[in-house]
Amino acid sequence: MSDEKTLRLKVASSPHVASPIDTRNLMRDVIIALVPALVMAIVFFGFRALISTVISAAACVFFEWAYRKIMKKTSTIGDLSAVITGILLAFVCPVTLPYWVLIIGDFFAIVVVKQLFGGLGKNFLNPALGARAFLMLCYPVPMTTWALPGWGNSAPLTMSVGQAYIDAATGATPLSADFMHNGLLPNVSLGDMFVGNIGGTIGEISALMLLIGGIYLIARGVIRIRIPAAFIATVAVLTLIFPLGGNNNFQWMLYEVLGGGLFLGAFFMATDYVTSPVTKRGELIYGIGCGLLTVFIRYFGGYPEGVSYAILLMNICVWLIDKYAKPNRYGVTAEMRKAEKEQAKAAKGGDGK
Amino acid sequence: MKQSFYGGVHPHDRKEATNRLAVVPLSTAPKQVVIPMAMHVGAPCKPLVSPGDTVRVGQKIAEIAGLGAPIHASVSGTVAAVEPRPYTGGGKVLSVVIDNDFRNTPGSSLTPHADPLALSPEEIVEIVKEAGITGMGGAGFPTHVKISSGLGKVDTMILNGAECEPYITADHRLMLEQGEKVIGGARILMKALGLQTGWIGIEANKMDAVDHLKSLVGDKADITVEPLKTRYPQGAEKQLIQRITGREIPPGGLPAHVGCAVFNVGTAAAVYDAVVEGRPLTERIVTVTGDSIANPKNLLVPLGTSFQHLIDEAGGFKADPDRVLTGGPMMGIAQYNLAVPVIKGTNAVLCLTPQEAAPEDKAHTCLRCARCVNVCPMHLTPVYMHLYAEKNRWSEVEDLRVMDCIECGSCNYICPARIPLVQSFRTAKFEIRGLAAKQKAKEAAKA
Repeated sequence: MSDEKTLRLKVASSPHVASPIDTRNLMRDVIIALVPALVMAIVFFGFRALISTVISAAACVFFEWAYRKIMKKTSTIGDLSAVITGILLAFVCPVTLPYWVLIIGDFFAIVVVKQLFGGLGKNFLNPALGARAFLMLCYPVPMTTWALPGWGNSAPLTMSVGQAYIDAATGATPLSADFMHNGLLPNVSLGDMFVGNIGGTIGEISALMLLIGGIYLIARGVIRIRIPAAFIATVAVLTLIFPLGGNNNFQWMLYEVLGGGLFLGAFFMATDYVTSPVTKRGELIYGIGCGLLTVFIRYFGGYPEGVSYAILLMNICVWLIDKYAKPNRYGVTAEMRKAEKEQAKAAKGGDGK
Repeated sequence: MKQSFYGGVHPHDRKEATNRLAVVPLSTAPKQVVIPMAMHVGAPCKPLVSPGDTVRVGQKIAEIAGLGAPIHASVSGTVAAVEPRPYTGGGKVLSVVIDNDFRNTPGSSLTPHADPLALSPEEIVEIVKEAGITGMGGAGFPTHVKISSGLGKVDTMILNGAECEPYITADHRLMLEQGEKVIGGARILMKALGLQTGWIGIEANKMDAVDHLKSLVGDKADITVEPLKTRYPQGAEKQLIQRITGREIPPGGLPAHVGCAVFNVGTAAAVYDAVVEGRPLTERIVTVTGDSIANPKNLLVPLGTSFQHLIDEAGGFKADPDRVLTGGPMMGIAQYNLAVPVIKGTNAVLCLTPQEAAPEDKAHTCLRCARCVNVCPMHLTPVYMHLYAEKNRWSEVEDLRVMDCIECGSCNYICPARIPLVQSFRTAKFEIRGLAAKQKAKEAAKA
């Protein structure tokens, strides 16, 4: 009846074509976007910044591979997400942090925060930030010892924990307790803060480079602008309205926005797909929440910097935000929604009596 | 250009293979046509002929049995069989098989009307019904029912010339080559609905069709030819209405609920053929394309012609196809048998190579990247719907309004993890309907 010959036709559900962008492409773009910030870190902190980053990425890939192997699960290192976690964890640690401490952090990020919850897509905390919080608890001193930027005093490639304070020229970051926490402006120019000629963790120093990476991700459609925009705008508005120590509003705002990990957090951490909301409205709520918590921690908290804890706290609210920030149903107008609500109210009232 | 529906995707339109090729008739008429009794939404028709009967082109061979539209012979000849045959919807359906005598003896019972606008709406509805016209965009809703149910409720008539599915150029060529029929048909439909004005929506990748139809409307200006942003699914009924009127159809509702009636441009041309020329719907334009096809073509095809015949007309396969679809790549149905016939809603036979088709690698883990949420034109959250569907938690999937899903495939197309979302939602809908039916049966048993 039919003349199929030897033709074998595939029967599959529609759609029959797919966008060329897959998970790997997205992850690769994120890695590309992190490169400018890494370059700046090498310029200001020396090659130890690069080595820390590479070791951290390699350790994350190793732990991911080993965990999946031991647990007899499919290998997932091909999706490159472990590489990103490794880079980001190195980025939120000081360049003087001993490599072995960094590797403990990588273990915590990949195994505890990510894989124990089911691996990529299932973790409820950003792995790099979860690991940073863990390291802050376990190794508070090396985690808050900052190398000062500059070729002359770049950190040596090998050192023990003890050496870090002796050998490397260390100092306070613009956001540490001595300065902005008490309402004093740091003694670095805004230009230096923008370019990244300041103390801080490996990846957070250069607002300029992070901005370039962030714009690249937005232009490529990898991340959406809503979370970083809401995050940074909230910090900017709050600090503009409420400057500490009687400083000039605008100047204070710029130091707050450019200092600390705000750009790194807003563009690369808060936008982590797995731990951020999926709806438009949810993204705005989440971004604003991150901004509010950041400012609260900076102003009232015991820690010098609030970005990472702000994001972690918002991470755990994502499920709730998604639940209540769903898009409006298609075909249901505002009037219809109102009528429905009133009806529900009336029904409830009736039951009460 | 304004886009007033939310989301959507922009796959490569791939229309360049056929969008400059004029519609041509078949070089060899099919030896046999297989005409299914179910070419429309509703109940299958009842055959009026039996094996051995001679039929003529345009002769009614099946009558409505419930919701539907009558069916006419597309060739003249002898009825060879009335039996279940494979068709594009999957499985088999009762079909009338006609051996072609290649004489094309005309046998339409419709009378031509030189001045269609002198007819009353009731007369137009009757002609449209007798001509067996159904929606030619794919869904196949009987057109006479759409008109009569919309009478008095509809204030806006929209012709859909969006043709937003990649590859397909059947409507594009129709608008270019038979624009008078499209405009004429639009005016007949407006008359039937009691409207003075109407709209034609066309995606901006067919500006030549926009300009051509605008020039045909001329000074009368009763029909607005509106270029639409090229964005899939611009041609989905709900999204087209939203774009043209700003109205959203309430959940579970029909276009008539917001005062709209949408017809495919092909349907309008068929209405013109029926009313003015007295020809029932027995043929249509089909785009035969895809990288597997040697010479992609726009063909004028008698209904019931097999896909194999069309593929042969287009030079056969130059590369083995991965799959053969009826319709476009976003919503088309994959066929396992090339003996299936062209029906009233078949706008394309699309033969995709393995390189063109969606890669078959296993789905990755969902990243929650939210691309699906951002492209869903129905404002749904596919990521969560799939999460619950995977665990067979149907009531939660229903709460996330899976029943609103139009299965346009945008989420599935954009998913970087290649998760078969549409398939998952089809399963969910099926299960939810099943549960609802069970519940109803239970209640009925109780009462």
